[in-house]
Amino acid sequence: MRGAEPVPDGLVLTRHQGAPGLTTLEGYRKVGGYQGLARALEMGPEAIVAEVKASGLRGRGGAAFPTGTKWGFLPQGVFPRYLAVNADESEPGCFKDRVLIEEYPHQLLEGVLIAAFALQASHAFIYIRGEYRKQRELLEEVVREAYRAKLVGKRILGSDFGCEVVVHGGAGAYICGEETALLDSLEGRRGQPRLKPPFPAVKGLYGQPTVVNNVETLSNLPYIVTEGGAAYAALGTEASPGTRLFCVSGHVARPGTFEVPMGRTTFRDLLQLAGGVWRGREFKAMQPGGGSMQVLGPQHLDVPLDFKAVADAGSSLGAGALVVMDETTCMVEVSRRLVDFYRHESCGKCVPCREGTYFESQLMHRLEEGRASAEELATLADICAGMDGRCFCPLGDTATWFVMSAYRMFKDEFDAHVGAGHCPVRARLGAAA
Amino acid sequence: MPESEVDASSPALAPDTLERLRELRSRYPVARSAVLPALWVVQDELGYLPPWAEEVVAEQLGLLPGDVAAVASFYSMYFNHQAGRHFVQVCLNVSCALRGADDLLAGLREWLQVDEEGASPDGAFTLEGTVECLGACGGGPMMQVDRYSYEDLNLDSAREVLERVRDGAGGGAGA
Ligand SMILES: Cc1cc2nc3c(=O)[nH]c(=O)nc-3n(C[C@H](O)[C@H](O)[C@H](O)COP(=O)(O)O)c2cc1C
Ligand code: SF4
Ligand code: FES
Repeated sequence: MRGAEPVPDGLVLTRHQGAPGLTTLEGYRKVGGYQGLARALEMGPEAIVAEVKASGLRGRGGAAFPTGTKWGFLPQGVFPRYLAVNADESEPGCFKDRVLIEEYPHQLLEGVLIAAFALQASHAFIYIRGEYRKQRELLEEVVREAYRAKLVGKRILGSDFGCEVVVHGGAGAYICGEETALLDSLEGRRGQPRLKPPFPAVKGLYGQPTVVNNVETLSNLPYIVTEGGAAYAALGTEASPGTRLFCVSGHVARPGTFEVPMGRTTFRDLLQLAGGVWRGREFKAMQPGGGSMQVLGPQHLDVPLDFKAVADAGSSLGAGALVVMDETTCMVEVSRRLVDFYRHESCGKCVPCREGTYFESQLMHRLEEGRASAEELATLADICAGMDGRCFCPLGDTATWFVMSAYRMFKDEFDAHVGAGHCPVRARLGAAA
Repeated sequence: MPESEVDASSPALAPDTLERLRELRSRYPVARSAVLPALWVVQDELGYLPPWAEEVVAEQLGLLPGDVAAVASFYSMYFNHQAGRHFVQVCLNVSCALRGADDLLAGLREWLQVDEEGASPDGAFTLEGTVECLGACGGGPMMQVDRYSYEDLNLDSAREVLERVRDGAGGGAGA
């Protein structure tokens, strides 16, 4: 069952791109909007979960956990249950959830309602980062419109199913994207991670079974329900089913978001979609996945966007970003910026991360300025080794991943900073100019 | 404090704001969940969160004032003091930095003649650089002015935006 407009083949999330009035209920209905919800209500929860399992959909928030499997963890017969929609998008280099909210807000809401019905959740909370204020207001309007049209609230579309949808604004804290910190924040507390297990599916919001899903994950559901899980899976490869919205930024000619089939597309394809490296310069390095992930080099450009292939290359697709760096980039400087970010965003709950990011940052500033000794550089590596795997949540671990991978791949560049009194990369560029 | 105890001389929230607080409380299965949204409503009215206003939120939601203060202090977007009339942040994370965010910030600092705290002399702006990625990496360098983000900036276009905002005509054009 397709919408009235013909849609481009191979696209899911952005298949209605350019249709007029998509942010309004009327416009979204014109492209077949909310038919997926109607279909879902006929199918019943179990059939939806089966379709989502068949789709092979894996979470798009970063951890890539299979969505159908996660849903299956909810304990039988325990109510109320909640759905928390993760719209906290704060990973450096990521802006895809923002696009999905700004351009396709009803598609997201339809996905939220399908998931809520499949899970039999009484409430869905859309937790959106504080900086997305305009986007929060748009979502609030979309939800109000849907309430008026009886798509949200009691007896949705005349069925027995009811669900309240609440748009909830965060207030500036990257850690609130971590699912258990998000739940604490949603409960009106400081957003700090909880000990797992118990996982949110068992004991989540207010101690009740809760599923946390990313905006992009949920935005796929209208398609999966109408076209079938198998059709969705077939868009990608067996190991990496479906499509994904990648954010390409940095030193490219045309930064932006691009929906591409998984597994069949390579980093080089993505780079080309974004117009290639800007200003006719040479490619130096890229960071896939967002600020947390390891650096890759030119030798990895032909790696496909496949979970395993990227893991074998030593990094991860994370939250779907690709930050491109040209030949003028100083890898020490980039590392310092990311380390500063983690220092700023560490929630302070555990010692390795709170203290580790502080020392990391101090040492990286000294190294960038060419003031660090070889001993200090070795200390930096020690500190990172002491953090990775020893932090309470992944934030502290990932605070070491980029810098350590860059140190391995660009060791000469790091070493050249030692005792140089200035940044040697910049000095070299200055001399060349 | 209950409304009955508010005398004319003590600061108070607008009746609209109080109404919104009551409405927010009823949206959640547990009232405490309304803390963040409630603080937003109050900050939207006052521009920052003075202790007396945190007390009102605590009272409304049945919490201790210390609970509310502890929450407010955790989140970087709640202000405990009055900043410039407009809050400007330039993202200095990687994607924006690769496209010249440092120069943009330096240029704006000089142009606005901000002091060490980032305040412009006319009180119109508080300007700061932030390592927090603001979710507009495809449009770097970018700045967020109050609720809106402005992208693909250079010093000239950024100055134009801020001039419009200072004249009270800004906002709408951002994303
Ligand atoms: C430090 C940290 C930050 C995170 N930030 C986000 C985020 O902004 N958005 C998101 O969807 N997931 C984020 N995650 C992942 C979530 O914890 C969680 O895995 C995800 O929301 C689950 O949804 P999914 O299965 O649909 O991907 C973050 C994880 C960590 C450790
Ligand atoms: S690793 Fe960092 S962010 Fe995570 S709990 Fe520890 S201090 Fe908080
Ligand atoms: S890096 Fe600047 S907005 Fe993301």
